[in-house]
Amino acid sequence: MIYHRSIVRSFLPGLLLLISFSFANSVLAQDGKALFQQKCASCHAPEKVLIGPALKGADANWEDRAQLHNWVRNSAAVIKSGYPRAVAVFNQFNKIQMTAFPELSDAQIDAIFTYVNNFGAATTPGPGGPAEDPNLKKASDSDNTLLYGILTIILAVIALILLQVNSNLRKLSEEKDGQTIPEPVPFYRNKAYIATAAIILFMIAGWLIFKGAEGLGREKNYQPKQPIFYSHTVHAGVNQISCLYCHGNTMEGKQANIPSVNICMNCHMGITEYTKGPKLYNAEGKEIDGTAEIKKLHEYAGYDPATKKYNGKGKPIEWVRIHNLPDHVYFNHSQHVNAGKVQCQTCHGEIQKMGEVKQFADLSMGWCVNCHRETKVQFADNKFYSIYEKFHEDLKNKKIDSVTVEMIGGTECQKCHY
Amino acid sequence: MEQKKYWQNFGELHNSKAYQESLGNEFEEELNAQDADDKGILDAKSPRRDFLKYLGFSTAAATLAASCEMPVKKSIPFLNKPENYIPGVADYYATTFVNGGDAIPVIAKVRDGRPIKIEGNELSTMTRGGTGAIAQASVLDLYDTARLRFPMGNGKEVTTFEAFDKMVSDALAGTGGLPVVLLTSTITSPSTKQIIAEFIAKFPGSRHVQYDALSASGILQANETSFGKRAIPSYDFGKAKVIVSLGADFLGTWLNSVEYANGYGDGRKINQANPEMSKHIHFESILSLTGANADDRYVHRPSEEGAVALALFAKLGGSVSAPALEGDRLKKGIDMAAAALSAAGGQALVVSGSTNPDVQVIVNAINDKIGAYGNTISWNSTLNTRQGKDSDMVQLVDDMNGGRVGAVLVCGVNPVYDYFDGKKFAEAFKKVKLTVSFNDREDETSELAKFILPDNHYLESWGDAEPKSGFLSFMQPTILPLFKTRQFQTSLLKWSGNNTDYEDYLKNYWVTRLGGQSAWDKALQDGVVETAGAAVSAAFNAAAVTDAAGKLASVKKGGKAELVLYPKVSMGSGRSANNPWLQEMPDPITKATWDNYAIISFAMAKELNIKVDDNYEVEVKKPVIKLTVAGKEPITIPILVVPGVHSNVIGLAVGYGRSEKTGRAAANVGKNAYPLVSLAGNNFSYSVADVAYEKLPDLYEVAYTQTHNQYEGRVEVVREYSLKEFKAKPKVLAEVREKLVEDYGGQSKDYRENGTLYPNYPYPGVKWGMSIDLNSCFGCGACTIACTAENNVPVVGKHEIARAHEMHWLRIDRYYATYRDDSGNDNLDDLNVVFMPMLCQHCDNAPCENVCPVNATNHSSEGLNQMTYNRCIGTRYCANNCPYKVRRFNWADYMGADSFPDNQNGKLSDATLMMNDDLSRMVLNPDVTVRSRGVIEKCSFCVQRLQEGKLKAKRENRAIETGRDNKWDVKTACQQACPTNAIVFGNVNDKNSVVSKIRNEEQTNRLYYSLEQLHVLPSVSYLAKIRNTDRQVGVVAGEHHAPATEVTGGHEEPAKH
Repeated sequence: MIYHRSIVRSFLPGLLLLISFSFANSVLAQDGKALFQQKCASCHAPEKVLIGPALKGADANWEDRAQLHNWVRNSAAVIKSGYPRAVAVFNQFNKIQMTAFPELSDAQIDAIFTYVNNFGAATTPGPGGPAEDPNLKKASDSDNTLLYGILTIILAVIALILLQVNSNLRKLSEEKDGQTIPEPVPFYRNKAYIATAAIILFMIAGWLIFKGAEGLGREKNYQPKQPIFYSHTVHAGVNQISCLYCHGNTMEGKQANIPSVNICMNCHMGITEYTKGPKLYNAEGKEIDGTAEIKKLHEYAGYDPATKKYNGKGKPIEWVRIHNLPDHVYFNHSQHVNAGKVQCQTCHGEIQKMGEVKQFADLSMGWCVNCHRETKVQFADNKFYSIYEKFHEDLKNKKIDSVTVEMIGGTECQKCHY
Repeated sequence: MEQKKYWQNFGELHNSKAYQESLGNEFEEELNAQDADDKGILDAKSPRRDFLKYLGFSTAAATLAASCEMPVKKSIPFLNKPENYIPGVADYYATTFVNGGDAIPVIAKVRDGRPIKIEGNELSTMTRGGTGAIAQASVLDLYDTARLRFPMGNGKEVTTFEAFDKMVSDALAGTGGLPVVLLTSTITSPSTKQIIAEFIAKFPGSRHVQYDALSASGILQANETSFGKRAIPSYDFGKAKVIVSLGADFLGTWLNSVEYANGYGDGRKINQANPEMSKHIHFESILSLTGANADDRYVHRPSEEGAVALALFAKLGGSVSAPALEGDRLKKGIDMAAAALSAAGGQALVVSGSTNPDVQVIVNAINDKIGAYGNTISWNSTLNTRQGKDSDMVQLVDDMNGGRVGAVLVCGVNPVYDYFDGKKFAEAFKKVKLTVSFNDREDETSELAKFILPDNHYLESWGDAEPKSGFLSFMQPTILPLFKTRQFQTSLLKWSGNNTDYEDYLKNYWVTRLGGQSAWDKALQDGVVETAGAAVSAAFNAAAVTDAAGKLASVKKGGKAELVLYPKVSMGSGRSANNPWLQEMPDPITKATWDNYAIISFAMAKELNIKVDDNYEVEVKKPVIKLTVAGKEPITIPILVVPGVHSNVIGLAVGYGRSEKTGRAAANVGKNAYPLVSLAGNNFSYSVADVAYEKLPDLYEVAYTQTHNQYEGRVEVVREYSLKEFKAKPKVLAEVREKLVEDYGGQSKDYRENGTLYPNYPYPGVKWGMSIDLNSCFGCGACTIACTAENNVPVVGKHEIARAHEMHWLRIDRYYATYRDDSGNDNLDDLNVVFMPMLCQHCDNAPCENVCPVNATNHSSEGLNQMTYNRCIGTRYCANNCPYKVRRFNWADYMGADSFPDNQNGKLSDATLMMNDDLSRMVLNPDVTVRSRGVIEKCSFCVQRLQEGKLKAKRENRAIETGRDNKWDVKTACQQACPTNAIVFGNVNDKNSVVSKIRNEEQTNRLYYSLEQLHVLPSVSYLAKIRNTDRQVGVVAGEHHAPATEVTGGHEEPAKH
């Protein structure tokens, strides 16, 4: 393997460090959450023992808080110093060394513990975290189409009967007047009726064809069978693992990467069976054996849980791709999630309640554009928008109450097509 | 008094009837009307029934396609993801573009493991981030389909390197003690030189021969005579106030041209407060890129190059007597050059492109006389990119012929093709017992070699280079080798019994020299290490001057016609001949693609009975002449008439006429001119003093873009003034604008608002704009290739270009500017050229937008004129309505974007199909849509880079930067490639951006918009060209258009169309 070095990469960590320093002075609870998800969530859960201990209330076991801070920054040193609590924890967890986080300040570590200790109280949704989304409600609003359809048909039948009655009455009155009456035409041979029916049928057929053609290549509700039954309910829902832990490139790249096997194995080295969680069912309602699915993962990874060793014969998992965009569409996750602070659920639905993933949105252009029309940009928070002087002026003068994506050009062709 | 006239082709100059007609035809071809004959619709070639069949079939096909299921796609993540890798995010690696001896520090953009774009390395003070066209195109060479994919021995594949090593080692042992010769191009790599030394030590009696197809052996020899150093000093073109070039094409092809263009650009940039610039006087025989940019230009015969140098030296007070020169104009030119040189007080520089060491000795004497050494010429750092000694090569051929060589290892050179006596070399090469080639393909030389072990492409290689002493540049691989190839250095190490890989060898070499692992890591990351050497001075030894002068004085006058062999800016020595981007790049002067040709003067054309005034340029078939040089095979070649060529001179480009196996793009393109090179004394001579020519009855199609995209006589597109005029009337362009405001600005004096019926667009945030300085644009074409690489611009092939189907988003318009005397005669030898990059102007009041019936082209809130391919139905109304003619139509499926193979079959050239190969397609930029047949495309201001730059700023929670304190989030591809920073791009709503500064503060006087009077409100502004000449320029004269602006004629009404 050739060792590449990148110019950009070399200053990126520095930049991140710089950013983290610049915020170090004002550490808040929500930073605690972000930090927790960024740094700790791979090995710890607030209320569950993963690779490391459950963190909720864990700090209470440490009499000397300074030692706790040191432990997080460099656990090896604290163990070496012989601090009893440190040695105990180390031994309790199979002498697995905790990753050192020398970049974390005391305040940041405290913020993390403030967050985990309050976990389960009211959690506020942050970016990437599982959350309820107001937009979801709209989708589940009751569908009135059927009602309107039935009403239309009833009205049409009434109209038809009235017309028939009317013509019969006229016929009677004319008979009374003694006029010669032509042989009545049955309604199924009445040209006016046939023409009307034909036009209506034509319109319905046209509408159906148009809809069908429009839907070509769209795959809303696509839910293929995957090589491993991976449940987002268990991971993101029950275990509250941040989306970004596995899909970390979301913040930086256009793709929200599907995690590589080594990311799965970070936790599944230790978690080898599924026993405590809710029962799992696939799309057909068949029960799934979670432990067997974890076994499949171990096979892909080439890992033997008995000996805790890799055999070096791992192979990548061939997941079935669900969300497909046409080639001429440019979509960037970091734009939406990082810059735009859009929730994952806005586009992917209640992913934390899905077993195997199902395509939530139809990913049509109309769907994209609608959202761009309604969504407000991070206008005040992101300094990028400081150059939009006129909008800032208008906001101040209460001419407008917010700036939508559309107002800054978000529905123009070359925002997505180039 | 004389007037200056700007024109792009002879039709325009003479305003001929054919030209007028061609203007009317926006698209040169008629519609295919074969169906509409008299025989009635059923007897036509595609009768009604066929139509119905197609209709039925397509309906059925559509139905089938609709009922088919969606394909299942896989998403396969890594097993173990490399830590630094993010899919879809580009990485940038510093490396070095090495092409023969030339080395340019570059940055390779790597997307998902594939290098897709080359940028200059801005950390290098030598190039300051500049590149040339060949460097920009080099990324495509990596994916060249003609590359050899495995080692070969005796015409068969050798499956393992071990087997190959054994075969060669055995053969090396069996050479019977005869010496081994390592034949390479100039090598500037210090580590490679050491490896070669070790290899040679292993095989006693062996030697290393460096050979340059475009040799500088004469200069090296002259410097050895004058200074006792076989080296080339550093030239500082930026510091020189007066530059006299005796046929050195230093902006295009001469030595380290990227560095020179960079420096020259500094001297040509104008500070508005104190307008000064360098003065460039050029003497040459044909019209070169550098000559085209000169302030004053004089032509002479190639056989007079010594006489010109002597005359200049004599005028400067040198004690030599110069032979008589032809023509008063030339003599005056020498007087003028001498006067300017003496007045410059050492801030002057004379360079010569001659390969004759005697001429170079005189040039050295001149530079010594004017005090250039220590001022504009420095010996502190010497140029290493040309070290070949031509006589070594001659000796080698003799030795091979005489059986005195046991083995020849060839690396990076192709003498069977480019040595002047290639046939003799081939015969001798065949006689050698062991021949090994490291070339990347089965080229003319490798074909004859017994063993071929292809070397890696530079983007797959480790390495180092030292183009100038003290200026180190490093290479690191940006991709694993695509094929079974191995670096030449590793092979040499193996064969000399050292089992170290070159990678480790290189690392060890530099870790000790740079002082540690971290220094080496930093060197790789930066790509360059520059160490200031101690000041070196060299005393000029005048002893050889008299001797050289004597030899030059006795040079015989040339015959009726003389021949000059020159390298083209796009093709160089012909090493990258299989690069379709370079083949399709229009030559800066002739604008011809895909061929070489003889360039002749207007006078010679007249003599050959070629009518240049009427149908000449409209007709793509050109007359063919036969060139005969005594003792050589005659060459038949098409001719192009180029003004500014000496009337007794024929110019012919080298680098063409490659063999079949060189590749599909290179084969059968042009004729090989290298056999006409001769050996004069110890050095190659690229001119022939006597050539016979004869016009043949044949015609030959030359594809050139010269007459496409005309402005219908709107010559205000380009503006030029002399420095004197500009100093006297700095506000001349501002006055034009004031006049427009006065006429169309209405009561509020707002030209933008009141000049149109259409509403004004608001630009609330960013508004993109570009500024192009015509004074530092030299027409080198690096931007054209950069644009091609960045935006997936297709290659269309020769035949398509010939019918005006070229696709370049950015073209460089070439305007000849000739002087017209009082009696109305145009002197076609006495000219300047103005180059003007022309791209979509992203008009704020765009004529294309209004006419699109499907709104496929529309305006963005950032000032972009957006093109939406999926909406486009191909009416081409927009192209018709564009005054700048920058819109391009996909006449066929050039890039394989369609799912219908019929859109390609039988329609596309071999080169285009080669670009459709899966391997070649790896070069495509994944962020840019590949366009299908039937849609219009054009410059997008690199919108993918703009989006990326904005996103970066958003993620970092700050405003976007376009040049404030030299911070850049966004640079367009053309801007980044430009070696002289002539192109500047940025946010014009930001008062601190560079483009705003130029428009509003720094260059308000030279600022103009092309065709400003049309009120299309372009987003691209230009800075007028200034010539440092005493002559009158800037007068636009011509009978068929109204003068737009004049220095002398006061303010006339702006032209209305």
